[in-house]
Amino acid sequence: MQRFYFDHNATTPVSPEVLEAMLPMMTEVYGNASSIHHFGQIARQKLDAARKQVAAMLGAEPQEIVFTSGGTEADNLAIFGTGGHVVTTTFEHPAVLATVAQMDHTLVPVDGRGMVDPDAIRKSIQPSTKLISVMHANNEVGTIQPIQEIARIAAEAGIPLHSDGVQAVGKIPVNVADLGVAMYSISGHKIGAPKGVGALYVRKGTSLKPMMYGGRHERERRAGTENVAGAVALGRAAEWIAENDNAENRRQGALRDRLERSILDRIPHTRVNGAGAQRVPNTTNIRFDGIDSDALLIALDLKGFAVSSGAACSSGAPEPSHVLLAMGLSRLEARSSIRFSLGRSNTIEQVDALVDALVDSVAHLRKLAPAYA
Amino acid sequence: MSGGVDSSVVAGMLQARGENVIGLTMQLWNQRRLPEIQSDKATGRCCSLDDVYDARAVAQILGIPYYVVNFERDFEDQVVRPFVDEYLAGRTPVPCTLCNNFIKFDRFLEMAEGVGADRIATGHYAQIRWNPDNGRWEMLRSVDRAKDQTYFLFGLKQDQLARSMFPLGAMEKRAVRELARELGIPTAAKPDSQEICFVPNGDYAGFIDAYFREQGITPQEVAGDLVTADGQVVGEHAGVHHFTVGQRRGLRIAASEPLYVIATDPASRRVTIGRDKELLADRARVSGVNWVSIAAPAEPVRAEVKIRNKHAAAPATLLPTSTPDRVEIRFDEAQRAVTPGQAAVFYSDNLVLGGGWIE
Repeated sequence: MQRFYFDHNATTPVSPEVLEAMLPMMTEVYGNASSIHHFGQIARQKLDAARKQVAAMLGAEPQEIVFTSGGTEADNLAIFGTGGHVVTTTFEHPAVLATVAQMDHTLVPVDGRGMVDPDAIRKSIQPSTKLISVMHANNEVGTIQPIQEIARIAAEAGIPLHSDGVQAVGKIPVNVADLGVAMYSISGHKIGAPKGVGALYVRKGTSLKPMMYGGRHERERRAGTENVAGAVALGRAAEWIAENDNAENRRQGALRDRLERSILDRIPHTRVNGAGAQRVPNTTNIRFDGIDSDALLIALDLKGFAVSSGAACSSGAPEPSHVLLAMGLSRLEARSSIRFSLGRSNTIEQVDALVDALVDSVAHLRKLAPAYA
Repeated sequence: MSGGVDSSVVAGMLQARGENVIGLTMQLWNQRRLPEIQSDKATGRCCSLDDVYDARAVAQILGIPYYVVNFERDFEDQVVRPFVDEYLAGRTPVPCTLCNNFIKFDRFLEMAEGVGADRIATGHYAQIRWNPDNGRWEMLRSVDRAKDQTYFLFGLKQDQLARSMFPLGAMEKRAVRELARELGIPTAAKPDSQEICFVPNGDYAGFIDAYFREQGITPQEVAGDLVTADGQVVGEHAGVHHFTVGQRRGLRIAASEPLYVIATDPASRRVTIGRDKELLADRARVSGVNWVSIAAPAEPVRAEVKIRNKHAAAPATLLPTSTPDRVEIRFDEAQRAVTPGQAAVFYSDNLVLGGGWIE
């Protein structure tokens, strides 16, 4: 059976150019980048080059990039590394929410469009607030938050702003100076690099307490022998984005719009969650009234189509998506919602086939829920 | 697919005979919710990660699609909460029947159909057959009498039976394990889970106490008196939910003869105890009756009735009442410990006629 992947916000395959760049790092350039000898020096060079590529993608300086094991670690590092009271939103990724839950924090709600109100952020700042953390683009609905405005508020209050940019990088232009953020998380496996590598941008002058102790790697911000292969992969992925980003994103945007339009036209009682706001081009989160998303997910997988409901991290959990609930959807509505996220491999033919499969599966499921038959 | 050998063999058998099989495991109860009653040595647990691992491994070996579906909320609402409430009401529940009625053959059946299946198959020891003469789906006891689970399946309706299969009903357990080995199923030697799946070590009173603590419910004053049938107070107890009719354990009364729980009354918080012969009753009223292999009878019917899973069915007459869902049972001989809340299941030899709840 042919399988089609529409879950790129969960993860992406390693792209060919990235694989090509990173493989030799495992067998030929294998030195420990901290070693004095030739092997270490070559590895160090590759690491430096990768750091430059990542910095260039973000509009940052190389020394402002800390390589990590992924987006989760970057979020943890930004939050634990700052401490104090944190102001964040109700629909952040669990990597932020579960982390702030370990300390004093305030959760600012989002509205029905999936947008946070900067003024609400401002009102939540307390004398003890040491950090504001607002995701750049939401992973489930794709809505883009007003980071620049929030950055102005943060600057006025003298508080650093961290943004989880894991779902924004590669989908929309990201320039940390324009955004005004003090820290920014990115994840390799969302942009064609392998799982296990990410980075945290830390603006010069931002103090950060490390989480991992050991060697003095990453300017004593993150101990651990450098994952040169991973860093090189991330670097090449960043470079590709700089080279191809706009064209590919336009292509995906058109596909996403086609997918959305077809679903809304051909299947009654459907609605896009987060439609009223600006979104990244590859994502659409749609609710199908009268069906259970778990059943639809399985039905689609049995037909060869991979999609998701809620973040991958919480699959199998009995609670519906906290993101959708935070946007004001009812439990039932949240449990009828599916996220489609496109990537480089998706084509028009695949999109049309997906909609055909959806039409059948939704009709079948609705027959079992007579209210919507 | 529970991860146990029975459901694993069912998957293997059906696949071997060319059926298009999808394996589904139901996540019903989060074992980590009540950590104080967990122990690594706990027996009879359900839904542990190990069980899912086992089920997934079997599905992988068989090469069938496999998914885990989460019904924790429904299970708590339809099975666990009623279980706790029944005990507090002085009755002894049968949660496995509620699970069958509302989860396995309802939510699960619905999910299976939703993803495109025609029928479900489980590892239950029971048999189903179509009777063309009366146009009914009949249920029969399993060939392996000791494993028969029809006591828990009396609540299934015709449309549920029409879409279910019990391939193990015609097999002895020994043969099932044999077949598991033949099919290369790794769980062939896995011990059967006994007891109620969400109550570790069968300590249902401990479960209820822990569940209350977790829910933040301070139980009403639960302690009360132990009394004899004539109302004389002879001792104290720590909660009616610790007792079930016929129980001897835990009374802590010195007496010349063994004493047993005769009845519990949550309203007065009294537990009545007495001697063995006080446990005998020759009749019982049954409500919520579901008729399986026969339609609701208009006339009295002879049957063998089980009032507990581990009870040899006793000859009795079933007397219809004004509504088909209520029946009065007259046993030929008085039976010991007829317990409110338990099921009474009516058999005619191997045929399951129906069953209901003892009042």
